[in-house]
Amino acid sequence: MAEIRVMREDLLPPKEPPKRHLISIGDLEREDVERLLGAARSFERSLERELKKLPTLRGKTVVNVFYESSTRTSSSFELAAKRLSADTMSIKSTGSSADKGESLKDTALTLGAYDPDVIVIRHPQIGAPQLVARYTGAHIVNAGDGKHQHPTQALLDLYTIKEELGRIEGLHVAIVGDVLHSRVARSNIQALTLMGARVTLVGPPPLIPRGIETMGCEVSYDIDAIKAADIVYVLRMQRERMQEGANYVPSLREYTARWGVTPARLRPGQKVMHPGPMNRGVEIDPVVADAADALIEQQVRSGLVVRMAVLYDLLTHGPAGVQSAALHEIGVA
Amino acid sequence: MLHARQGKQDDLVVRSARVIDPGEGTDAVMDVRIDAGVIAQLGTNLESNEHRVVEADGLVLAPAFVDPHVHLRTPGREDEETIATGSAAAAAGGYCAILAMPNTEPVVDSAAVLGSLTETAQAEAEVPVGFLAAITRNQEGSELTEMAELADAGAAAFSDDGRPLVAPGLMRRALQYSAVTGRRLALHCEEPTLSKNGQMHEGAVSAELGFAGYPSVAESLMVERDLALAAYEGQPLHLLHLSARESVEALSRAQAAGVAATGEVTPHHLCLTDEAIRSLDSNFKMNPPLRAAEDRAALVEGLRDGTISAVASDHAPHARHEKEVPFEAAPFGVTGLETAFPALYTHLVEPGLLKLETLLERMSAGPARAYGLDAPAIAVGAPANLVLLDLKASRRVDEADFRSRSKNSWLLGETVKGQVRMTVAAGRVAFEA
Repeated sequence: MAEIRVMREDLLPPKEPPKRHLISIGDLEREDVERLLGAARSFERSLERELKKLPTLRGKTVVNVFYESSTRTSSSFELAAKRLSADTMSIKSTGSSADKGESLKDTALTLGAYDPDVIVIRHPQIGAPQLVARYTGAHIVNAGDGKHQHPTQALLDLYTIKEELGRIEGLHVAIVGDVLHSRVARSNIQALTLMGARVTLVGPPPLIPRGIETMGCEVSYDIDAIKAADIVYVLRMQRERMQEGANYVPSLREYTARWGVTPARLRPGQKVMHPGPMNRGVEIDPVVADAADALIEQQVRSGLVVRMAVLYDLLTHGPAGVQSAALHEIGVA
Repeated sequence: MLHARQGKQDDLVVRSARVIDPGEGTDAVMDVRIDAGVIAQLGTNLESNEHRVVEADGLVLAPAFVDPHVHLRTPGREDEETIATGSAAAAAGGYCAILAMPNTEPVVDSAAVLGSLTETAQAEAEVPVGFLAAITRNQEGSELTEMAELADAGAAAFSDDGRPLVAPGLMRRALQYSAVTGRRLALHCEEPTLSKNGQMHEGAVSAELGFAGYPSVAESLMVERDLALAAYEGQPLHLLHLSARESVEALSRAQAAGVAATGEVTPHHLCLTDEAIRSLDSNFKMNPPLRAAEDRAALVEGLRDGTISAVASDHAPHARHEKEVPFEAAPFGVTGLETAFPALYTHLVEPGLLKLETLLERMSAGPARAYGLDAPAIAVGAPANLVLLDLKASRRVDEADFRSRSKNSWLLGETVKGQVRMTVAAGRVAFEA
């Protein structure tokens, strides 16, 4: 009986390169981050012009799927796509078929039928972006999946730090608060250490996940540890964590007394960041939030240009050199 | 205690196989003759007596496997598995007997439900199936089932598998009362206030991925408690699907102190660690979860030295649409009946972590003894319970090849070595590749 032989690899038709996605900061190398921050800078300059809209992504379709509430992230992704002349469509879980019990797989197949170029997804469950990637041909951007990752937040934070302090390498960043439940913290630990910053996590022991030091950061339970940092990054303290049965900390009052970021706990010149939305008077003192050293508004502004850079980068193939040439062509480099 | 479809007892001569029976101390190339389902003669150049001859040159013939822990999803979720499909999967995996857990819909907590299952098994099971009954009514952990009546109706043992028996007082009563049934308790050890919402092992990987952790101590604390109660009551006990190093250590200490406790471990806990969860593939989600490298090492060592005497597949079929969801939304459990031997041969025997004869013993006589069943043996006069293995053949695990109605295997796409060529269960050829 004749055996069926597998053809030699080089005789087979070339395989399509895998689609590029932005699901985790772990997907990126240092040079990818540098390229993205560079593109964001170019877009920031383009926004200073009178005509803010660029023709770059004309004819492309960006679908925003938000299964969780969001103000900053959803609005900045939508505006970023529009500034690049892409067609956009937004879907929220309330009022959609998800309300009627449709599975994420079926929603992905439905959206995939429109051949979108990019799907931006926020979902309360870890792994939702991978699942959508499996069932559509679109580039996937993770806009937050459960407690896992929020990579564009970390990129906009890096951009803000770079613009304000001129560098990231060698800086010391203290991340304060509820690390356990924070996708922002996870993406930022990866992003900051990738770029050569030192990261110290500060918070109550039940809210610092066991084993997190293996990500390359230090841990302290003492709020005084923030004094040594160049940047104090304050995480949102979610009220539901104090509810009955959770008991991560005894009370918000005690949390604020022990770990709240107040003027007295900072030293002059320390920069303060917060991903929003803030609980003024809980994790951050209002005086700190409104002080000149707070970069919180800059973070929101960075969100737009960084998300423009991410959409642009995913939809422009080829090595970095080709991309910067393309940026020249459209007059933003 | 075991029930299967009645069929013709086969006449066979298996020629020139390497016969390995660790219990009999056999490891030699010889022929085995089976007359009407019973092993009649061992030796070289046996007469075929007009029996069917199976040429087994280069293959291994061993006592068929016993799986002490499967989920057949019947009654209630026949879309996921039935007694017919689950037992066919078992036959394809080399098993001559399997024990099914009672966490069905409804729960097997009455003689009526148990009776209907044994009747179905007598009509459609490809290999003998035993059924465990629940320890508590509806597995709610508050009232004991009528254990004596259930034992009389043929319950193989008692378990609330899938759920821990939370109240220590009730656990003690169950142990005391199990003495009158002559059957042992099989415990799913999990302290629910520690494992609450947990998706995976608590450690560096869960910290990085953001999953709620299910710490090792959630298991080992309950293992320690159950062993202490078993010691106090002087009753035997079987510990289901151990996953943590501390649990193996506790079991070893209890055995040294004379407690009649046995333990089992699954192929996935022996082959994988929590690093696999980085893929976010829901076919790596099970309870207890995959743990750290040091836990895996302790499980392999426990299996090697006999502290853990049984391999259990914990075959847990799930409907495709229930697993094709984000990891956090997926149910716990993976299939395993059809892949247990090749997985363990590939991941433990080939790399030199475990001897072949040890694996064969822990998949056959070990689990049989843990539940007081007759151990399959290759000896004259014994019923033919045999598995013929091709250790050199490898194959890519493909869902189209599964007999199980569900395809949620952690091995999909992986190439494994060691194939089952034939299974003889209770004297009948139940599977041939």
